[in-house]
Amino acid sequence: MAVEQPLAPTPGDQTRIHNIGYRNYDGPRLGRSYATRSLYSQSLRGAYGLGRSVKSKVLPMLLFVVMCVPAAIMVAVAVATKAKDLPVDYTRYAIIMQAVISLYVASQAPQSVSRDLRFKTVPLYFSRPIETADYVRAKYAALASAMFILTAAPLLVLYVGALLAKLDFADQTKGFAQGLVSVALLSLLFAGIGLVIASVTPRRGFGIAAVIAVLTISYGAVSTLQAIADAQNSTRSIPWMGLFSPVTLIDGVQSAFLGASSAFPGEIGPTNGEGVVYVLVVLGLIAACYGLLMRRYRKVGL
Amino acid sequence: MVRVTIVDCVTVIATESLSKRFPRVTALDRLSVDVGPGVTGLVGANGAGKSTLIKILLGLSPATEGRAEVLGLDVATKGADIRERVGYMPEHDCLPPDVSATEFVVHMARMSGLPPTAARERTADTLRHVGLYEERYRPIGGYSTGMKQRVKLAQALVHDPQLVLLDEPTNGLDPVGRDEMLGLIRRIYTDFGISVLVTSHLLGELERTCDHVVVVDGGKLLRSSSTTDFMQTTTTLAIEVTDTDEHPDGTRAVRETLDARGVEVLDGSNGLPGAGHILLLTAQGEETYDLVRDVVADLGLGLVRMEQRRHHISEVFHGDAEDRDVTKEAVGHGS
Repeated sequence: MAVEQPLAPTPGDQTRIHNIGYRNYDGPRLGRSYATRSLYSQSLRGAYGLGRSVKSKVLPMLLFVVMCVPAAIMVAVAVATKAKDLPVDYTRYAIIMQAVISLYVASQAPQSVSRDLRFKTVPLYFSRPIETADYVRAKYAALASAMFILTAAPLLVLYVGALLAKLDFADQTKGFAQGLVSVALLSLLFAGIGLVIASVTPRRGFGIAAVIAVLTISYGAVSTLQAIADAQNSTRSIPWMGLFSPVTLIDGVQSAFLGASSAFPGEIGPTNGEGVVYVLVVLGLIAACYGLLMRRYRKVGL
Repeated sequence: MVRVTIVDCVTVIATESLSKRFPRVTALDRLSVDVGPGVTGLVGANGAGKSTLIKILLGLSPATEGRAEVLGLDVATKGADIRERVGYMPEHDCLPPDVSATEFVVHMARMSGLPPTAARERTADTLRHVGLYEERYRPIGGYSTGMKQRVKLAQALVHDPQLVLLDEPTNGLDPVGRDEMLGLIRRIYTDFGISVLVTSHLLGELERTCDHVVVVDGGKLLRSSSTTDFMQTTTTLAIEVTDTDEHPDGTRAVRETLDARGVEVLDGSNGLPGAGHILLLTAQGEETYDLVRDVVADLGLGLVRMEQRRHHISEVFHGDAEDRDVTKEAVGHGS
């Protein structure tokens, strides 16, 4: 204020500058696909708390760090000890860190969709050019991308570290690529499950609890049953049990096709034939999640 | 300028025997109405079909039968094009509390197809026009109801639509906030050149703001005409005079004199105590005003009040829908 005072108000055009009337907008209107992309980027940024309050940045950022730190330590150890291989396979990393991943999807899926339901922002979106399908696709793609960033970043750390440690390039690149395919599938599957559960309730707390419950209970039940089966030497049933929880599904797919060693008891992963069933179930689940979301939002509307 | 002329020559909203039936209720029943440019009020009680009509006009809900056009675009086939050119302010709360008004409105501008830079510029402009200044950087959660209504209005205007649909914009506002909002709505058309369809279940507030009023009840069109028609077909004059020593009952003296001159005078008291001094008469034009002035002057009385009693829009219900619930509500507010 004080700075402006010496500038004595010169009569004439200068005083008029402040009185801007309404201006019409004649620029481009980029339409539906641009709006969908805008929603995608806003949701993706939101999944890491960007563009939101400081408080909402804490958890996603913390989980991201927690995901990457073990990878960095492993790399440091590998470089220091001049090991011949990384202590953990690329495909195995996400399975080990599944608790962190589950926590992330449980916290961010409700953030992404329950908020819109709770604060009734959804009708506003549908009063814009976008359609139900655009909303669902943008939200699904955003959360899946956010999860891919979360799960692929530590793999990148491992890969860069492995190259710095002068491990075999071809070997590492192949492992890294297999790891990326596996976490991409995992991201799509987890994001879908998380969003379907979260889109049912406008209450964020319920959403978080429900997602965690579904992911951990299914994994707990499956791995317990597998352990029992292993103890009773009925090893043939172990791979089939893996079909009933998201984490073991991904484990099964990658041990059948992506050169991973299975985390199932006794490392009894599915055979190639059984692996096909795994892939079909994973793809079927992803499609089902998408279909359920579409059905859900057709009803929400205005 | 160009745009205004375009808008001027088309019908903004046109419906033709538009019906919407749900399994149990008929929300709209063969509604045919044309809405021109300007501020149009859509009046009806809760459940009269206003929100259903808005949904159909936005192309979000198919009509059971009949057709509707918005800005010359068919709602059944051109929904996305309509939504790009139309702004919508919902009745209910729709704002996330943890983001700032600027952030939210920029996002909604982009959702309407504005490129990032334009979205930022238009947001700053629009928020200023609706009267939000420094507050716009604070999270919406801490805003008053009036400020929230302004943000909701801003997001409907940010993409410079040709028409805005405002669903109960004065809901929850105190009298001052209500007046400010109505003034703002008036300016949307007069200053911004954007046509407005505003719904309300309160008739009184629309007669001041709208050029045209459409009254719906039970999904049927009750009446559609300009506000001037509503109020000017008959203008009632209310007169109040003082008493003097010469005429201890001035009111009666004026009444008798006017009666003698062939002007029908009604008692304005309506049985209310203390209102017995008000006379109501029907103004035929300029000469009625002159006559009253002369009569009062000749009698040597003081003229305390001579005012136009505007007919309230609520009166449409007296004739057409005597026994409906709407009447009670309308009369309750309209007087």
